[in-house]
Amino acid sequence: MAERSFAKEVQQLRVPAGTEFRGEGILAVTKALLESGVSYVTGYQGSPISHLMDVLADAQPILNALGVYFEPAASEAAAAAALSASVNYPVRGAVTWKSTVGTNVASDALANLASGGVTGGALIIVGEDYGEGSSIMQERTHAFAMKSQMWLLDPRPHLPSIVQAVHDGFALSEATHTPVMLELRIRSCHLHGSFITRENRRPAFTLKDALENPRRDIDRIVLPPASFLHEREKLEQRWPAAVKFITERKLNEWVEGDLEHIGIVTLGGLANSVLRALKLLGQADLFGASRVPLYILNVAYPLIEDEVDRFCRGKRAVLMVEEGQPDYLEQNLNTLLRRRGLDTAVHGKDLLPRGGDYTVAALQKGIQGFLQRHHPAAFAAPVALSLAARKGAVDDGVPRAPVSAAAALAPLLPPRPPGLCVGCPERPIFSSLKLVERELGMHHVSADIGCHLFSIMPPFHLGATTMGYGLGGSSASAFAAGAQLGASKPALAFMGDGGFWHNGLTSGIANAVFNKQRNVFVIVDNNYSAATGGQDLPSSRAVNPNRSTMHPIERAVRGVGVEWVRTITRTYDVKSMRAALRAALSSKEPGPKVVIAQSECMLNRQRRDKPATAKAIEAGARVVKERFGVDAAVCSGDHACMRISGCPSLTLAPSGDALKPDPVASVDEHCVACGHCGEVADAAVLCPSFYKAHKVHNPGAAERWLDRWRRRALAWLQARQWRARAHRALFPLEAPR
Amino acid sequence: MSQLSTLKPHSIHIAIMALGGQGGGVLVDWIVRLAEHAGWTAQATSVAGVAQRTGATIYYIELVEPTPGQAPVLALMAVPGDVDVLIAAELMEAGRAVERGLVTPGRTTVIASSHRVFAIQEKMVSGNGIADSAQVLDIVRREARHLVMADMQALAAGQGSVISASLFGALAGSGALPFALAEFEAVVERSGVGVKPSLAALRAGAAVARSAAPPDPPADPMHTAPRPLPATAASAQLQPLLERIRAAFPRPAWDWLGEGLARVVDYQDAAYGGEYLDHVARLLAADPDADAADGQVAIEAARWVAVAMSYDDVIRVADLKTRAERSARLRREVAAGADDVVGSEEYFHPRMEEVMGLLPRRLADWLDGSPRLRDWLASRLSRGRRIRTHTLRGHLQLHLVAGLRRWRRSSRRHAEELGHLQAWLAEVQQVLPHDRALALELLRCRRLVKGYSDTHARGSSRFDRLLRAARELRGRADAGPALGALREAALRDAEGQALSQRLQTLGLAP
Repeated sequence: MAERSFAKEVQQLRVPAGTEFRGEGILAVTKALLESGVSYVTGYQGSPISHLMDVLADAQPILNALGVYFEPAASEAAAAAALSASVNYPVRGAVTWKSTVGTNVASDALANLASGGVTGGALIIVGEDYGEGSSIMQERTHAFAMKSQMWLLDPRPHLPSIVQAVHDGFALSEATHTPVMLELRIRSCHLHGSFITRENRRPAFTLKDALENPRRDIDRIVLPPASFLHEREKLEQRWPAAVKFITERKLNEWVEGDLEHIGIVTLGGLANSVLRALKLLGQADLFGASRVPLYILNVAYPLIEDEVDRFCRGKRAVLMVEEGQPDYLEQNLNTLLRRRGLDTAVHGKDLLPRGGDYTVAALQKGIQGFLQRHHPAAFAAPVALSLAARKGAVDDGVPRAPVSAAAALAPLLPPRPPGLCVGCPERPIFSSLKLVERELGMHHVSADIGCHLFSIMPPFHLGATTMGYGLGGSSASAFAAGAQLGASKPALAFMGDGGFWHNGLTSGIANAVFNKQRNVFVIVDNNYSAATGGQDLPSSRAVNPNRSTMHPIERAVRGVGVEWVRTITRTYDVKSMRAALRAALSSKEPGPKVVIAQSECMLNRQRRDKPATAKAIEAGARVVKERFGVDAAVCSGDHACMRISGCPSLTLAPSGDALKPDPVASVDEHCVACGHCGEVADAAVLCPSFYKAHKVHNPGAAERWLDRWRRRALAWLQARQWRARAHRALFPLEAPR
Repeated sequence: MSQLSTLKPHSIHIAIMALGGQGGGVLVDWIVRLAEHAGWTAQATSVAGVAQRTGATIYYIELVEPTPGQAPVLALMAVPGDVDVLIAAELMEAGRAVERGLVTPGRTTVIASSHRVFAIQEKMVSGNGIADSAQVLDIVRREARHLVMADMQALAAGQGSVISASLFGALAGSGALPFALAEFEAVVERSGVGVKPSLAALRAGAAVARSAAPPDPPADPMHTAPRPLPATAASAQLQPLLERIRAAFPRPAWDWLGEGLARVVDYQDAAYGGEYLDHVARLLAADPDADAADGQVAIEAARWVAVAMSYDDVIRVADLKTRAERSARLRREVAAGADDVVGSEEYFHPRMEEVMGLLPRRLADWLDGSPRLRDWLASRLSRGRRIRTHTLRGHLQLHLVAGLRRWRRSSRRHAEELGHLQAWLAEVQQVLPHDRALALELLRCRRLVKGYSDTHARGSSRFDRLLRAARELRGRADAGPALGALREAALRDAEGQALSQRLQTLGLAP
C-alpha cells in the first residue's frame, strides 16, 4: 500500500478528449501514456517519480481496460530490460525511475537496448533529481544519453509541453529506432497545471499478438558482427533520421527578439526560469516574449547542427544555459560553430555557476553579465531589478541593523536534518545498536539506501558509507578480511527490505555465503519499500490483489545458504533486539550472521489503523488507545532519552519549576504509543519519568465497576497523602478532585 | 515578435515553508483552487526536503489575474526579492525564509506560526539548547512588510483542525490576496473533508490576522519565574520559617528562598526546611559584601542548595507519581471524561545502587561485606519493572516506597548527599571572601548534578571536575567567567567533548 493514494485522481484518466485536465505533472504523464497507445509500463519507484508508479498502480483497472500491462519492476535494470519487448515488435513501452541513480543501475540494459535499436517506441521517463531538494549525488542524465546514443527530451516545465513530449518521444523513437529518454525535473513532477486531453488509445498491435507470432532478428542482438553494424547504423541512419524528425516536427522552440546580435540557448527544462530572469531584467514580459532571441532545446540531445547554425549566424555572442557539469552542450556548441566557421562567442560556465541548481537568481546574475558585455544599452536606464525594491524600502523609518538579516540569522537557525518518523520501528534497532556499542565498542557500519540511512544523522551517528541501493551488504565485503587477519570485531552492514529485493539478496547475502564472510548483516524488514513511499515488496505482509506478497526474507536468506539467522518480529523489543545484535557481533561461528528486524512501517500502519480505530470506537467496540507521557517533575532535563531515541514526538517543554532551568522532556500529541521511549529508558536504565497512559473507549460494565472501585480506593490514599503534604506546604496545593 | 506586452497583469507570488507532515500540500491545493475558481491562472510546485518526513518543504505558487487570449509563463521557484506572500508553518522556518532572501522589506507579507518544532540538535543538549526565538522574531518582524504571527498550531488544534486551516484563514485575514473571506470558506466547503473544524480554524486564523500587531513572545519560553513569596504560609507549621526569610535574608532573594523552602519541605519535612535556611545563612555569613543590593549570592545559594538537598531518588519519584494532581493531569492528557476508564503503566528500572542507597547506612555497609548476598539481591531486585499505577496493587507499591520518606535521613544515600553538600558549600565559603564571581559560578555548577543512574553519575563526575577546575582557577582574574564557560560546555554534550576542549583552551588538565 503506497503512502499516497491516487484512487480519486486517476479517475481523471478516463475523461474524454478535449477536456481540460488539471493536476500534477506526474498524472499528466500517465494520461499522455494512455493517449499514445502504450502497451506496457514498468519502472522502479524513487523520488521524484515515485508518484508516477503509485498513480499507475492505482490506475490498474483503467490500464487493464485499455489492455496496458503494468508491473513494478524488481529494479531499474529489470525495468530497462523489459523494454526489449519493443525490439522485435511494434509495441510501445515506457519505463520510469529516479535518475541518475536508477539510470546507473539500468545502464547495462539500456546500452544493449540502444545498440540493437527498437521497432516499437521505447520511452524512458527519468525523474531528474538534481539541484535543490535532491537526495543523491549531483550528476546529470545527459551523459547516459550521449554515451549510448539515446535521444534526450527536456521539455519546458509546462503541462502541455510535457504531454506533447510523451507523444513526440514515442514517435521519435519509432522514426529513429532509438530509445528516447524524457527528463522531468523535481519541480516539473510536482507541478500543478492544466492541459487539453486527447482520446486514450488501445495499442493496435498487442503483446498478445507478439507472443502468438514470435519474431526474431539476429541483427538486433548485441553479438559481433551485428554490434559493429549497430554502431554504424547509429551514426549513419538513426542520427540523421533524428535530425530530420526533430527539425521537421519543430521540437525545439524559437523566440524572436529585437536584440538580434545576441541570443540565449537554453534547455527546455530551464526555459521558464530564463524567461523569468529576463523579465526581472526588463528584457521579457510575462507571456514569454523576449527582447533577447531564444533557442529553446526541448531536445537536449542531439544538438541539431543546422538549427544551431541558423540561430547563431550573424550573432556576436550567445549564452548557453545548462546546469551542472561537465558543460556538455557548451562544448558541443563550440565544436559546431568552429566546424561551420562561425565566430559567434559562446558564453556559459564563464558567466553562470559551474555547478548546482540554476535558480532564477543565479540565471539573472549570469544573464546580466552577458548583457553588460554584449548589450550594455540594456542598463542605460535603471533596470527594475528586484534588489531595487529592497533599496526603495529603506525609507520606512524602521531602524536597520548594520548587518544583513541573512547574516544575522545564519547562526541562530538550528539545522533540520532528516530523521525517522514518529513511532518508526527502525529507531529501536539503532538505539539497540548504540547500547550494544557501549558494551562491545564501535564497529564499522556500512549503510544502505532507505529510511535506515537516517541512522547516520543525529542522534545515532551510525553508518560510514552508502554505496547504492541494496549494496549495504557488499560494501562491507573488504572487511570480511577480518577473519583472515584475526580482527577482534566483524563489520556490520545494514540493508532495507527494499534494497534486499533490489539486489541485496544476491550481491550482499549470497555473496557473503559464497565467500565465507563473517560480517553481520541487519536487514530492516518494515513491510514496504518505505523510503520511496511505501510500495509493496515480495516480503510485504499485506494482501495485494495484484501481487504475490508474504515471501519471508528469512526463507530467502536461508535459501542462499545462511545458517545463522535471527528474526526479531518486534523491533520495539529493545531487549531482544539488543541481545540479537550482541550475539551476532560476538559470535565466533563461521559464515555470515543475519539479523532480520521486523516491524511494520508506522506511517503506513497508522494510515490503515487510524480510520479503522475511529470507526470501531464509533461502532461502540472496546478500544484501548495509548500514548506515552513524561512526568515533568521527575524528568531531570538531561535529555539522554532524546540522544538515544530521537523520536520527533519526544520534544521539550518548560519545566514549570523555577528551580529547574533546563527544559524537560515531553511527549506531544503525535505519539503513537510505540513504546520505544519507555523501552529505552528501561533498557538503558535512564530514568523513571516515562509512563504509558491508556484510555479505554466503550468499556464494559464490569470494567467500569472495577474502575470505579479502584478510583475510590486510590482517591482515599491520595487524600491522605495530600493532607500530609498540605501540612508542610508553603504555597497552597492544587485541590484534589 | 519582439514587442514586449504592455499588459501588466496583477500577479502574486507565494512561498510556503512547511515541515513534513504539516499538510503544506493541502494548503497549496486550497490556494490554487481559490485562485482558479476566481478565473485566475495558478501554478504550484514543491521541492521536498531531503527526507519525505521530517525535513522542510518549500512550496511555491504563482497566481495571475485572468489574461484572456494570452497564457502567462510562470516560474517554478521562489526568487529572492520577488515574493509577495511568505507563509511559514513554524517560527524558525520563517527565519529560514528571511535568510534565503524570500522576505523583501516593503513588499512581502509574512504569515507565520509562532510555535516551535524543535530540531534534534536543540533537543540533544543536556542543558537548554533551544534556539533564540526572540532574536529570530525580531529580524522577521523588521524585514516583513506586514507580519501576521500567532501560534497557528494551537489555534487549529483548539478547533480540532490542522495548521493548514488556520494558516489559510490567516492568509484570508491578512488581505494579501484579492479574495474575500467567503471565497476562502467556499474552498474549504467544496473540499468536503473535515469541513466544520477546518472552517472554525480558518475563521480563527482570519480573526487573528485582522487584529492588531502580533504579540511579543516571552524572552525565553522555557524560563519559569519563581512565585512571589506568600504573605502567609499555607501551613501554619511553616510560618516561622517564612518569617525567618523576611527577617534574615536580603529582599531580592526572598522569592527564590520561598521556592527553595517549598521544595525541600515538600521533599522531606519542616525541620529539613530549617536546615535549608541554615545552610544558606551560613554561606551568606561568609560573604563580606552580604548587603550587596543585588543579593546575587543569596539568590544562587537559595536555588542550588535547595536543588542539592532534594536530590532525585526512588522515594521522591514514587511520591510524585502517586499524587492526586498527577492522576488528574494524566486524565487530561488522554482527554478523559469523568466516567472514562484510564490507566497508566510506569517504567522503572532501579539498579542495585539505588536499592542500596535506600537502606540504612549500617545495613548497606554490612551488605557490602557480603558480596554473595548482595549479588543475589541484585539479581532479584535490579530489573526493568512495569508498575500499573491505576491498580490498587501498583499504587500501593509506590505508596509504600513514597512512605520511606520518614526513614530517608538515615539512608546511605542521604549520608552521601549530605557529605557532598557540605564539601561543596565549604568550598564556596572559602572562595567567597576572595572572589565573589567564582563563588557564584561554583554555586551554579550544581546544575550539572541531576537525574538517575548513568545520568547522575555523569553529572556528578563533571561537577567534581568543575570543583577541581575552580581550585585550579583560584587567583586568576577571570576565574569566575572561566568556570561559567566550563559549566556551559559541560552541559552541551553527553560525551564531554565541549568540556574537554574548553579545559584545554584554559590550559587546565583534562
